Parts: sequence; C-alpha cells; structure tokens
Amino acid sequence: MSGFGIRNQKDFYSGLLFIAFGVAFMWIAQNYNFGTPRRMGPAFFPIILSGILIAIGIAIAVRGVTVAEEPMRGFTLKGLVLVIVGTLLFGFLVRSAGVPIATAALVAVSAYASQRFNWKPTLVLAVGMAVFCTVVFIYALGLPMPVRGPWLGG
Amino acid sequence: MELFANLYTGFEVALTPLNLLYCLGGVFVGTLIGVLPGLGPTATIAMLLPVTFGLPPVSALIMLAGIYYGAQYGGSTTAILINLPGESSSVVTALDGYQMARQGRAGLALSTAALGSFFAGTVATFLLALFAPPLAEIALKFGPAEYFSLMVMGLVASVVLAHGSLIKAIAMILLGLLLGLVGTDVTSGTPRFTFDIPELADGINFVIVAMGMFGLGEIIRNLENEETRDVFARKITGLLPTWNDIKTITAPVLRGTALGSALGILPGGGAMLSSFAAYSLEKKISKNSKNFGKGAIEGVAAPESANNAGAQTSFIPMLTLGIPSNPVMALMIGAMIIQGIQPGPQVMTEQPSLFWGIIVSMWVGNFFLVVLNLPMIGLWVRMLTVPYHLLYPAILVFCAIGVFSLNNSTFDVYLMAIFGVLGYVLSKLDCEPAPLLLGFILGPMMEEYLRRAMVLSRGDAMVFIERPISATMLGLAVIGLIVVLLPSIRKKREEAFTEEG
Repeated sequence: MSGFGIRNQKDFYSGLLFIAFGVAFMWIAQNYNFGTPRRMGPAFFPIILSGILIAIGIAIAVRGVTVAEEPMRGFTLKGLVLVIVGTLLFGFLVRSAGVPIATAALVAVSAYASQRFNWKPTLVLAVGMAVFCTVVFIYALGLPMPVRGPWLGG
Repeated sequence: MELFANLYTGFEVALTPLNLLYCLGGVFVGTLIGVLPGLGPTATIAMLLPVTFGLPPVSALIMLAGIYYGAQYGGSTTAILINLPGESSSVVTALDGYQMARQGRAGLALSTAALGSFFAGTVATFLLALFAPPLAEIALKFGPAEYFSLMVMGLVASVVLAHGSLIKAIAMILLGLLLGLVGTDVTSGTPRFTFDIPELADGINFVIVAMGMFGLGEIIRNLENEETRDVFARKITGLLPTWNDIKTITAPVLRGTALGSALGILPGGGAMLSSFAAYSLEKKISKNSKNFGKGAIEGVAAPESANNAGAQTSFIPMLTLGIPSNPVMALMIGAMIIQGIQPGPQVMTEQPSLFWGIIVSMWVGNFFLVVLNLPMIGLWVRMLTVPYHLLYPAILVFCAIGVFSLNNSTFDVYLMAIFGVLGYVLSKLDCEPAPLLLGFILGPMMEEYLRRAMVLSRGDAMVFIERPISATMLGLAVIGLIVVLLPSIRKKREEAFTEEG
C-alpha cells in the first residue's frame, strides 16, 4: 500500500484524518463571527482548537513517514458493514414498520457478521428480542414508540 | 463531628428502600456486564442512561455508580476464572488469579478479591467523605480562569497517566472538544457546525457519542477476532479463607488500598493505574516475590484492593470539581447535566443529600457485592460462557432503542452509526476513544469559562498566568507533558503499561 515511503500507516492515516477534521472545522467556523479576545465570538474557540488539531495532525502524519512500526491488520470490513447497515436499517424501519420488525432486522443483519453465524439460533434470537423489547420498552416502560408502523397499517 | 452528621445525611438517602433497590440493581447489572464477554462499563452505562433519565437524580447516580464498581468486580471474576480480564483494571489480577484457579484455589482467589475490594471500598468511602468537603471548599473560590486551567490540567493529566500514544490522545481530546461545540452557541445564538440540520441545533447528545464509539465500535472490533472461552473451574469451592490466608493478605490489602486511594484521585488515574502500580509494588517488596505469576495470593489481594480504592476515589474530582477522570466519570457528569445539576463544588453545598447519598451508597454497594456475589458465583460462572455471537446482536438492539428513545428521532440512530464507524476506524489507527469523550463533555464548559475569564480580564490572556492557582495548574499540565515526552521517561511509561499485561 505504501508507494511513497509511509512507514507507519496508523500514524500517517490518523494524522491525515485529524488534519481533515481540523480543516473542516476551521473552514466552517470562518463563516461565524470571530470577535475579539475580550468578546469572543462563536468562531473564536473552534478556530483556535482546529488550528492546534491541524498542527498536531501534521506532527502525527510526519511521524508516520519517519518512524517505522508494524502495519495495520485485522480490519473487518464485513463486521463494520453489517453492524452499520443493521443499525441504519433499524433507524429506517423503526418508524415505518415499528419496533418489532426493526429489532428483528437489526438482529438478523448484524448476527450474519459472526463467523459462528447459524440461521436457527439467529431466528430464535431475532423473534425473542422483538417480543422482549416490545413488551419491556413499549408495554412495560411505556416508551412512545410504534409497535406497528404505517407500513403495517398502524 | 461534622463528618458523622454528613454521613448520617448520606445514610438517610442511601438506605431508603427505593435507593437500596437501585444500588442493588446497579451492582447486579455491573457485575453481569463485567462477566459477560465484550461489553465494557462505558458502553453499558451509556446504554442504561436513557432509562435513568426518568429517575430522581440521586437514584440515577447511585445506580450508575453501582454499575461502575460492580463491573470492576465482575471483571476480576473473569480474570481469575478464564484468564480474560473483563476490564482493563483487572489485567494484573489475571496473572496470579488464574494460576490460583488452575491449582484448584479459584474460590480462595475470588473471596480474596471480594474481601480486599470491600475493605478498600470502605476505606476509600471514608477518605472521600473526609477529603471531598475541603477540596470543594477551595474550589468554591475558583473564578473562571482557575476553572479553565483546571480543565486543561485535568485533560492533560488524563492522557499523561493513561496508556497509548500521548500525541494521538491529545488530538482525540481536541477532536472531542470541537465535536462538543456542535449546536447553538449559547452566548451569540449562532448555530455552529449544524449543516442546517434541525436535530443538531441542540448539539449532539453525549449518549450517542458514547454508544457509537464504545458500544458499536467495540462490537466491530470484537468481530475481528472472535474469542472462545473455556472455563477452567466449573465448580467453585473453598470460598472461605483460612486464618493463615487472612494473615498473608492483610499487608498487601493495606498497601493496595493506600496506593489505590492516592492514585485514584489523580485525573486519568482511577482503577487501572492503581492496580498496575499495586502489583508492581507488591512484587518488589514481598518476601514471596518469586511466586508472583505462579499463583501468589498477594498478587490478587493487592491489585484488587487498589483498583477498587482507585475506582472510589476517582469520584472525588468528579463530585467536587466537576472534572471527569475517565470516560465513566464523563458520562456521570453528562447524566448530572441532563438531570439539571451543574457539576462542580456547589453540588456539595446546594445538594448535600445527593452528594452524601452517592458517597454512602458506594459503601452500601460494596457491601452488596460481597454478600451477594460470593453466594451467586455459580450464576456468574454460567454467564461467563454466554456465546458472544448471540450476545452482540442483543447489545446492538439495546443501543439502537436507547438512542432512539432519547428524542424519538431516527436521525440520532443514524448519527450513532456514524460515530460507530468513526470509533472503529480511529481505534484501528491506535487512537483510543476515551479522551475524545472527556473532551466532548468538557468542550462547552471550557469555552464558557474561557469566555468569562477573558471578559473579566478585558481580553488579556495573561490572566491565566497572573493568577497563582491558575498558573500552578497550567504549570503542572506543561510539566506533565514535558515529562512524558522526555525519551527516558517515555520508555519507562510504556514499560509500566506493557510489562505486566
């Protein structure tokens, strides 16, 4: 991956990430009033902070080019994608289809990320969690969440 | 005696049936998550926060505190029985505790941990009651300049004393401070970094950040490499220590308690540093030092007392100064703010029943841990082997429902997913999420104090150096940074955190 002498990927990329965050915050904060030291405007503190963040980000990135360390490993794209997709799906379904469906969907999608995935226990868990959460959170604790969304005629 | 009057106030609050119940519930849930695989106290407390918002503030905080030290206890159970420290503070307990279990002395190791913790918890509660009032007294005289410098010092100390890369931890603090500023600026009314999204106008709820980075992020990290758990001792017997055992552990428990109490007060110190330091000290001075690592009971007694003492005394800066020393304390401060309590020294004078109630409840909670958990050890052993691939989808559901219930907003669920990705990517880049959460909680407060200090000084930044207390704290922060950056000490610091692990 390292074509131009990156010896420590973790340092280099985290440095870049911090620089990117710093630049983004500073860029946006420029639209606000900076004020004076005596009357600090809404931009004052963020611009100082992002300035320091950019400087530290550069220092970390530079260290990544100069100091060698072991490479990054074990990145799980499958785990990341399935956990995140499951969570997004929950958010998408919870209003339109209701809590039980959203819960079962999140369980099913995220459980698939495991190496030990097996559809039978997953199915039991999905149904069990859907029933449990509906009973505990909606009926027992009385949280104002839909059991059946508009999709199911609720 | 004012101390006893105060403790009496505390007992009156902590011993009401309702608060006893929340304390019991807290330590039970805490122990449970301590023994369950792959679930840390930060994520659990974040998950349970929405439930506590409806409770009276004192009950909510009593329960959250119970989860915190209950998790310490559960973490040492897994360390002893399966050589997997449930929490970072019980890493060193695994060294000798697991060896004891292999020699058939698991029961003794567990009871040593429990009794040592209880003793340490009792002493630390008294120390808390003794030292919190004078500290709060001093802090009440602080102006905005002192507060700003105190927060700088607290944040710096929390990374200097923690493990991992210092420079990355500072970058994470800054990122946390910036993220904490998202939302409407209180002074000018300007919406900042909101991208015109109405849900962001009130800022990002800290529960979303904590669940995303600690809950989701941890789950994804655990999926990289799924562990299998083998329980060594299925049947635990011989819980009661003999008279000889008690004589052996007395001195290590006392030393561990003293060391843990002292280190716990330091920001960033808390439970983990205490247990590492206590183990090293005990190994150096014990007559039995050649047996360390081979099942020495002193190697369980000292760090277990120390981590519990440290966990208790880390409440001192949180309760008296409003400064979090670790992510759990940051969540407690967030919970106080949501309950309408401004954290800081005035809590003690304005809400004495809350302040003393929490302190006394910690002693009560430690008592529960001993009397409930030793008989319940069979249950915990069974919990140890709950398969993670069935547990994490359930954790995800609780996170999702918890976040959704904050405002009934699907946007919050999406935002949690974003923080999950951010948390995972950052942790892959060796950037710990804890400093980000500390910065996130302190961001708005720091800006406010900076602003007020600058108004009072008519825009002269020298105020931070001219005021002696403020200058001292900034000086300590600078010294802390320089010391850690010195190559020789930096090497020793890295050794201290890796040697025993």
